[in-house]
Amino acid sequence: MSELFTLPVLLGILYSGIRLATPYLYAAIGEALAQTSGVLNLGVEGIMLMGAYSGFYVAMKTGNLWLGVLAAAAVGCILGLLMAVISVTLQAEQGISGIGLTLFGLGLSSLLFKETMGTVNSISGFQPIRIPLLGDIPYIGNVLFNHNILVYGAFILVPVATWVLNKTTFGLKVRAAGQNPQAVDSLGINVVIIRYITITLGGMLAGIAGASLSIALINLFQENMTNGMGFIAVALVYFGGWRPVGVLSGALLFSFVNALQLWIQVKRIPLPSDIAVMLPYILTIIVLALAMRRTQQPAALAKPFTRGES
Amino acid sequence: MKKNIFRLTLITIMIAAFLSSCAQATPAATDEAADGLRVAVVMPSTINDAAFSQSMYEGLKTIQTEMGGEDSMELAYSENMFNVPDAAAALRDYATQGYDLVIAHGSQYGTSLQQIAPDFPETSFAWGTSLNTFQADGINNVFAYQAEAQEGGYVLGTIAALMSESGIIGISGPVEAGDAKLYVDGFQAGVLATKPDATVNVTYTGSFSDVSLMAAAAETHIAAGADMLTGSSQSVVGAIGIAKDQNAFWFGTQWDQTSLAPTAVVASQVYDWTGILDDMISSRQAGVLGNKSYTLTFKNGGLIIQYNEAIEVPEEAKSAADAAIQGISDGTVNPLP
Repeated sequence: MSELFTLPVLLGILYSGIRLATPYLYAAIGEALAQTSGVLNLGVEGIMLMGAYSGFYVAMKTGNLWLGVLAAAAVGCILGLLMAVISVTLQAEQGISGIGLTLFGLGLSSLLFKETMGTVNSISGFQPIRIPLLGDIPYIGNVLFNHNILVYGAFILVPVATWVLNKTTFGLKVRAAGQNPQAVDSLGINVVIIRYITITLGGMLAGIAGASLSIALINLFQENMTNGMGFIAVALVYFGGWRPVGVLSGALLFSFVNALQLWIQVKRIPLPSDIAVMLPYILTIIVLALAMRRTQQPAALAKPFTRGES
Repeated sequence: MKKNIFRLTLITIMIAAFLSSCAQATPAATDEAADGLRVAVVMPSTINDAAFSQSMYEGLKTIQTEMGGEDSMELAYSENMFNVPDAAAALRDYATQGYDLVIAHGSQYGTSLQQIAPDFPETSFAWGTSLNTFQADGINNVFAYQAEAQEGGYVLGTIAALMSESGIIGISGPVEAGDAKLYVDGFQAGVLATKPDATVNVTYTGSFSDVSLMAAAAETHIAAGADMLTGSSQSVVGAIGIAKDQNAFWFGTQWDQTSLAPTAVVASQVYDWTGILDDMISSRQAGVLGNKSYTLTFKNGGLIIQYNEAIEVPEEAKSAADAAIQGISDGTVNPLP
């Protein structure tokens, strides 16, 4: 066991964990925003795939990674808007329509991949940027402050989202729309518009989450490359109690343990690989069971809003 | 209103399911060959996965060309059949449609095939990787095939051992079973037989499709000092991307993976299924519908080491690899000691 607690291993876990957490952070914070306003969007996985595809395709064709991010964000917005139309205006059952959106994203991204690329290609993605001074701190400087821009972006998103949700009027409206939409409506605030904004923003972030995989972390596109990450992101929102900081701790816990289990295998700790692979899930379930705070769930979550009905 | 909403949700899901099935199960839209051979294959991943499924698809395309094109041999395929019940439905469907040879390209399809094959005694089935033709169950129309993945693993391990400067080699496998485990164990044996003091680190991700975790596994290996990496399954594209970005070398298996990262892939073990496919087809034409099991080996030409011309492999490593291939072929070298 002692070989696990050496400096290179701990730094390695920190570095890989931060990278693994990045797509979860974008997707889960976007989802937290939508859920706080009262809408459950299970289409995150599909939006991530479309974001990963469009980000990669545009970056490959134009050679401009920022255009790739823009494309992923735009596609995410469009799909978020689509989800808003279905769940808010048409008031469809949110769980089922979200799964429909996931299947749609999976199918369309695979189809487009086949039509436009056909084979897996790799590109040169965002390069790491060493932050001056901080990056020179011995040991941890390189691990914490030498990442690509989308990794930094994901972590900056946490305080930004916290501030927006807790300190701005918009954030107050969002939270109120998720707790008591009728009361919000009676104050003359348009619940429908609030929810449209949060779902569209959530879609945009899910699109960027996909792009963070395809043009910043792994730098290629393969069919179904998100492999269920979107659903883990939805679980992280519950885990985090609908607070961005909670989402961050959940994403980091899951990612660090995933990084740890790889090191357990590399360092030949006598643990079957099947068990090692399960560790992140087991630990997440244990923490979730111990720290469950049901009171935090937005009261109107997954309930369609109709004016005048209560 | 409520009814309309339900209908709309249903329509949305149906469109979504339609689109996803468009992408997943695209039967090759070939004209029905009147008297020609009709072959169908069901695969767990895609025909361009640069791994297991692509090796079979390209093998079948080669056979099709050799036989004189689409008029002489019709080829249909269903890809992305990770879900075994879906695959079983596709297999039964192809058999019902009268395909002559129906291939279940995945060891996970075995139990399904065991139930389907007896219902279609005129159809030949093939499945792999396995050597079990279900003859013991009274089934006589199933061929089985397997790749001796450890052979190429051993040879590539020999090259990696001689090219490594750090003396540390990282292997990332998917699941500790079957074809992947054979390859991983063979690779490890090849490294250690060449350089007994080398360190070989092995990880498994527990998934054939988790690209992100495969990338993290490659990062971990590099952080642990590895400069030569390899791995198996279609999720290795994630690891190859990391190897390219962090200037490590990669060794591929199942298909030539050079195109994924021309600056990182040193060599690949390529599965060439054409020999066994030829034999299945001629057996069928001679009236033998199954009951034969095949292996891909260096000796029978089913395994090929494909070098990437753009990366210079030291002469010493190349000749050691040739010697290993020779030794495995004549039985003096055991790739799984």
